Amino acid sequence: MTTAPVETGPGREDSPYALSHLDALESEAVHIFREVAGEFERPVILFSGGKDSIVMLHLALKAFAPAPVPFSLLHVDTGHNFPEVLDYRDRTVERHGLRLHVASVQDFIDRGELRERPDGTRNPLQTVPLLDAIEKNRFDAVFGGGRRDEEKARAKERVFSLRDEFGGWDPRRQRPELWQLYNGKHSPGEHVRVFPLSNWTELDVWQYIAREKIELPAIYYAHEREVFARGGMWLAPGQWGGPKDDERAETRKVRYRTVGDMSCTGAVDSDADTIEAVIAEIAASRLTERGATRADDKLSEAAMEDRKREGYF
Amino acid sequence: MSTTNAVEGIVDAGATSLLRFATAGSVDDGKSTLVGRLLHDSKSVLADQLEAVEHASRNRGQEAPDLALLTDGLRAEREQGITIDVAYRYFATPRRRFILADTPGHVQYTRNMVTGASTAELAVVLVDARNGVVEQTRRHAAVAALLRVPHVVLAVNKMDLVDYAEPVFAAIAEEFTTYAASLGVPEITAIPISALAGDNVVTPSPNMDWYGGPTVLEHLETVPVVADPSDDPGRFPVQYVIRPQTAQHPDYRGYAGQIASGVLRVGDAVTVLPSGRTSTIEAIDALGQGVDVAWAPQSVTVRLADDVDISRGDLIAPTASAPATSQDIEATICHVADRPLTVGQRVLLKHTTRTVKAIVKEIPSRLTLDDLSQHPEPGELVANDIGRITLRTAEPLALDAYAASRRTGSFLLIDPADGTTLTAGMAGTAFAEAAADATPATEADDDGWDF
Repeated sequence: MTTAPVETGPGREDSPYALSHLDALESEAVHIFREVAGEFERPVILFSGGKDSIVMLHLALKAFAPAPVPFSLLHVDTGHNFPEVLDYRDRTVERHGLRLHVASVQDFIDRGELRERPDGTRNPLQTVPLLDAIEKNRFDAVFGGGRRDEEKARAKERVFSLRDEFGGWDPRRQRPELWQLYNGKHSPGEHVRVFPLSNWTELDVWQYIAREKIELPAIYYAHEREVFARGGMWLAPGQWGGPKDDERAETRKVRYRTVGDMSCTGAVDSDADTIEAVIAEIAASRLTERGATRADDKLSEAAMEDRKREGYF
Repeated sequence: MSTTNAVEGIVDAGATSLLRFATAGSVDDGKSTLVGRLLHDSKSVLADQLEAVEHASRNRGQEAPDLALLTDGLRAEREQGITIDVAYRYFATPRRRFILADTPGHVQYTRNMVTGASTAELAVVLVDARNGVVEQTRRHAAVAALLRVPHVVLAVNKMDLVDYAEPVFAAIAEEFTTYAASLGVPEITAIPISALAGDNVVTPSPNMDWYGGPTVLEHLETVPVVADPSDDPGRFPVQYVIRPQTAQHPDYRGYAGQIASGVLRVGDAVTVLPSGRTSTIEAIDALGQGVDVAWAPQSVTVRLADDVDISRGDLIAPTASAPATSQDIEATICHVADRPLTVGQRVLLKHTTRTVKAIVKEIPSRLTLDDLSQHPEPGELVANDIGRITLRTAEPLALDAYAASRRTGSFLLIDPADGTTLTAGMAGTAFAEAAADATPATEADDDGWDF
């Protein structure tokens, strides 16, 4: 951020008061965090150790500095997470003195409250533990790192999204969102999903990570890794269910564009082992982030919308 | 542009600015096609998205990919082939990042367009070259004027269907410009296009040599987005009080917020409203870094020299330009909820970071956007109505005129029972100054369009 209006960078607008697009997006996201802190009783940040939630936490830390972030974190653990990501999660919580809630899909399966899907994908199973944690902890605002550029159904999402007592989203009954006036009013049992990164794109997130020198789990950068092919994607072998008999593991140089459940998050072939290389790769990519690496969105044309209606992020 | 240049431009994070704009158009004006064309021709549509559109188009028996499918995101929209709700789209060129509020031209047009226009710095109004300026066009211009969108583009579409004839374009541009200027729209740019054929959307049209102006994208890339905040009075609504109370920061007390307008400087004498107490800005923390000066729309934390009692909802403003406070508010509103707004109704009013109880005292008039005629004492306002109301609030508010500040002149009315957003409010008179002199001859009586 510039320290005085006379310091303008090359290529900026002529005005000494111009803000770069990253400064504008940062300012907006911080405003959203502070609105929630000012109006809600029990907010929580969904934190998966993925880049969007990492950026979200970074913005929250800046929004309340030098005071600590006035929210706790919630991780919905599918039981199929990358070990590097869980390690990153725990180190982050420790470093910032945060409180972490973990909602475990495995616990629900062990108790017989959820059943494993035949395809082994656990991503859609996250909704039940998530809504259970929201209800048990009486969270009234739940921050998610979702971005509208990710998917067509998400393009319709509000910054403040009211969810009914079942966690459901009804796109036809959304509140209009005007100016920067966010309406967080809700009845007991309802909660509001809040998306401070709504207006960010994948490239903005990476540019911001570069500018702010934010550390990420190493799997976002190219590395040698054992993978196997399934459904047109490179998946990481693991106890979650692969490779099967007819699938062969091989070592390739890959990186991840998104980080979620191992069973549905694919790696991409890449030599990009620095942040600059990653940004150049994304800027030139002809595939969207989800198109390249997410199996769950390929289930049907309205997969994301249907999951969101049930309470998914 | 070459791919290499595009990548270099995008990698340099500091080099781009951000433009928020909205589109408006009737159902058959080709708005979705224009948006699809902008996304497609600016290479913002990636291979897997295009593949999905091609697949869906084939399933419907269409030969060419239907670019409108890029923007219809919901199951019901695809099923019915209509756009239900505002959606936000993102694209970038090496020069600028764009946030597009894609507003449907369908039934609930007014509230949707008001929503999209509320944050837009530019509005694209589409007309069909064969039909010219129609009622819907006048509505769109009126909403852009009411919401005080700084720049308006008239995109005269389907020029391919009128043989790319200059006189057709010139007549429409002339009629629209005269009308919009009379409403006080400050800047109007008219561009002849064919969204379907791609003329003048991203690339200049070889079919319209007579047109010497910019393409739609070129205009979007170059329109100035930064007003000079030093022209505006400083307004800092307090969002949250930061008090770490830690060993490291035992006495830190900072007021966090986003500067709504103007410039704040260390050393400024300030007044806190509504209490009226005064102090001096001792320090400004811009997200972790101390600065001497900060301006709208930066999110910062302000510390004052004196220990003044300040909480969320208060407004800090330079003493020299502090606003007046009042419990009686006159405003133009757009009603956005399905249940009506009535005289005597008790509501919550959210203005900046402050939410207070209020009562609707009067509804003096309702506006018909088609011809800007006013209907006195309508009794109630229903969904999509625009009208004039007076309110009495339980506590004083430091409200600017919407004409002076979109941020501190706007408010929401909220249903206290269930939290529904009822109404979008704009304090003060309706249209900009120019409108005052442009009362149509048929409306001879009193106060013109300030209904």
